[in-house]
Amino acid sequence: MPEEAKPNQSELVVLAKDGLYCEAGGFYIDPWGSVETGIITHGHGDHAHIGSQHYYASRSSLGILKTRMGEETPITTLAYGKVIRLGETEVSLHPAGHILGSAQVRIAHAGQVWVVSGDYKRDPDPTCAPFEVVECDTFVTEATFASPVYHWPPIENVVREIHDWWMQNRARGQNSILCAYSLGKVQRVLAELMRFTNEPVHLHGSATRLVQVYRDEGVSMAPTIPVSELDKKEKLKGALIIAPPSASGSTWTRRFEPYEVGFASGWMQIRGNRRRKAYDRGFIVSDHADWPSLLRTIEETKAKRIIATHGSSDILARYVREEMGKEGITFETQFGEEDE
Amino acid sequence: MNFVSLYRKLDSSNSTLDKIEALREHFLNADVEETALAMRLILGQLPPKKAKSAELKALALDQARIPEWLFAEAYSSTGDLAETMALINAVPDAPPFTGSVPEWIKTHLRGADEALSGLREAFSKWDSFSVMVLIKLLTGSLRVGVSRGILIKALAKAYEIPEANIAHVLMGNLKIDASFIGRLKMKDWADPLDFSSPYPFALASPIDGEIEDLGPITDWAIEWKWDGIRGQWIYRNEKVSLWSRGEELISDRFPEFATRSLKFESLVLDGEILAWKPGAKEPSAFALLQTRIARKKVTEADLKKAPARFIAYDCVEKDGVDLRELPFSERRKILEELMPELTASIPAFGISEIQNEESWTSAKASRAGSREKRVEGFILKRKSSPYFHGRKKGDWWKWKIDTMSLDAVMVYAQSGHGKRSNLFTDYTFALRGADDELVPVAKAYSGLDQKEIMELDRWIRAHTKERFGPVRSVEPIQVFELGFEGIADSPRHKSGIALRFPRILRWRRDKPVSEIDRLDAIRELYLKPDIEPVSREELPLFKSANLDV
Ligand SMILES: [Zn+2]
Ligand SMILES: [Zn+2]
Repeated sequence: MPEEAKPNQSELVVLAKDGLYCEAGGFYIDPWGSVETGIITHGHGDHAHIGSQHYYASRSSLGILKTRMGEETPITTLAYGKVIRLGETEVSLHPAGHILGSAQVRIAHAGQVWVVSGDYKRDPDPTCAPFEVVECDTFVTEATFASPVYHWPPIENVVREIHDWWMQNRARGQNSILCAYSLGKVQRVLAELMRFTNEPVHLHGSATRLVQVYRDEGVSMAPTIPVSELDKKEKLKGALIIAPPSASGSTWTRRFEPYEVGFASGWMQIRGNRRRKAYDRGFIVSDHADWPSLLRTIEETKAKRIIATHGSSDILARYVREEMGKEGITFETQFGEEDE
Repeated sequence: MNFVSLYRKLDSSNSTLDKIEALREHFLNADVEETALAMRLILGQLPPKKAKSAELKALALDQARIPEWLFAEAYSSTGDLAETMALINAVPDAPPFTGSVPEWIKTHLRGADEALSGLREAFSKWDSFSVMVLIKLLTGSLRVGVSRGILIKALAKAYEIPEANIAHVLMGNLKIDASFIGRLKMKDWADPLDFSSPYPFALASPIDGEIEDLGPITDWAIEWKWDGIRGQWIYRNEKVSLWSRGEELISDRFPEFATRSLKFESLVLDGEILAWKPGAKEPSAFALLQTRIARKKVTEADLKKAPARFIAYDCVEKDGVDLRELPFSERRKILEELMPELTASIPAFGISEIQNEESWTSAKASRAGSREKRVEGFILKRKSSPYFHGRKKGDWWKWKIDTMSLDAVMVYAQSGHGKRSNLFTDYTFALRGADDELVPVAKAYSGLDQKEIMELDRWIRAHTKERFGPVRSVEPIQVFELGFEGIADSPRHKSGIALRFPRILRWRRDKPVSEIDRLDAIRELYLKPDIEPVSREELPLFKSANLDV
């Protein structure tokens, strides 16, 4: 066991140099270092790192993980709910509702149950299995949007806004470039768009393979055309083009002039972010739990102790301690916010 | 259609086209009261605030049932008090406020109790965006992100009136009410100008190519770019009014520009207001002029300590005739001819001399001496140019000298407000003091690109030493080159100096902290000894350089 972690007996999972470590089970969860055994909660870059010898992951995340970590990565897949023994522990994966294949990790050992949530949300999402409440003693939760200012509007309303914006731009002879994170956000928007249209949407190269992975898993989404397959001279007019945030302001967008740029992210809840000049429009779409969802989930797990990771973990931990009467601490992980 | 729905549209888009369209629709379809309100708010004419922010906040906390510290955290992520209060009280699926906003203002801006009852009702009934707008009205903090130019375009489109006419109508002390809107809609403004209205200012653009590209130097009139306050001096109906470029009426602050009755029917001069001691060869520092602006009531002592002059650039109206379409060279001739009569009546008046330069090369050499003259470089005006409105590129250019700069190390960081609320974007920089200690000298928050901001944000999070509320102290490692427009003694600041308009020129990753500038060296380099120290109360001007950490 690594030197940095010196847990007392009741610490089933500790923060170690290479990631969240479970000594009794001899495995890590979302390790960022090179270890022997890692369980991956989901395919986002801050959770799925290459370099370890062997991985466990949910069955539905396999396509995503192979695409992002390489075909050769040794991964054993588990169906949601299936219990396996690792070391002295019993381990199972449960849907987290974050993106396709995202999982919470339940670990039981010596009468204690811990759940490590990974990233999760409670809002409906046609591209993945809905979050499952798993009762536990200690709940390791994400805290990306742990502030009472965050509460997501219904996704249906937001995607209607996106569709209206697209149609308005088209009426003016403009294209619409929607910036959204390539894994999860893009597919969710494409799936929700089917409520309003079955017109094809144009895709930046960074998302085409992942969209195909989702289709292979049986997720139905609006039809897509990779921009790379267009004739170089073909001029798009009134099209919706989905691209990663990094494409905004790059020379890649030049061929779509005239256009407006929108950005789909939970950060768009904040007016100041919406008005940042790089985008014409901001749409509130998040694959993370908003403030009410975080509190509701903490209550529903019936956990007596909460460990917060990501972003505003100290705010959530303090709120849990002072306002919810539970134990609340943080883990300073290397999990980030890149998926928003 | 009410002001809330207009504000939502304006707020949801950064596209100018969208904004103009939203305004046009509002001006056409909303009732006259809502239209007049929207115009007043865009022009910054806010209803007087009646509620204390602290009382509203107490109510918001109570309704949301969240502790004070959590509110502080929430506020630090939005950077906006009204938005925070509204968001923490958001009711799922609540509808927008669609009633009359002018009526709401009439009812709830009557007093503190009415304000609180209005807010309580708003929290329970309407969506968080509507609530935010209403709170901003209650607290007098509503700003509409629409420039005068956009407003003019939208009004012109909605009412089919030429933009130039709208621009002129909007100058001056205008009462925007339902009857004014009625007249606009009827295109009836036979004589909407009261006699003090200034003309829209013609503005110069910073020069962007090589100076030689401007063609023969003989096509150009070259003047110093004075570092004062641009103003229009208006003499009509035997009365003087003085307007600043910010469209503030400042006649009362400069009694030295009053006059006995002149032989002209009317006169409108464009010029620069400068603090200038009688007999001095150059104007005093900008800091001294600022002491005059800060005062609403001018005393004899002020007049003695910081006497002002008006240096005329241009004559845009004479004897009731608008001269703006004449070429600059002809307007200049008119100006030169009338100066003797003017200076005889107003000794504080002068003319901005045209500099005779043989060639661009000689002009470059003269420009290099700008700092000694206390000017910012040259203004170049095409001799054939009309007095255009706004910033039209091509006829008038600013040819400024390079700014002053220093290398300093970042010591504090704070998350930005508004647009950059979840990133650390406000930085405080320090120089080396006499005992090698680090002395904060300036706060700056502009000059980096988005990528650098993100990178610096990550660095700050990883290298925080201490937190004080929203402010973090960081390890003194990152060195930046700061530019600034001026420097003055300031007893209020620990460093003893205040920089004017400090901004980041570049991130000097190549420089170790051992190579930052020393405070005493900077003082020696830039602080001319003849600038008098300005006392504490007289320093409201250095707001942008305040070090309140
Ligand atoms: Zn994620
Ligand atoms: Zn994450």
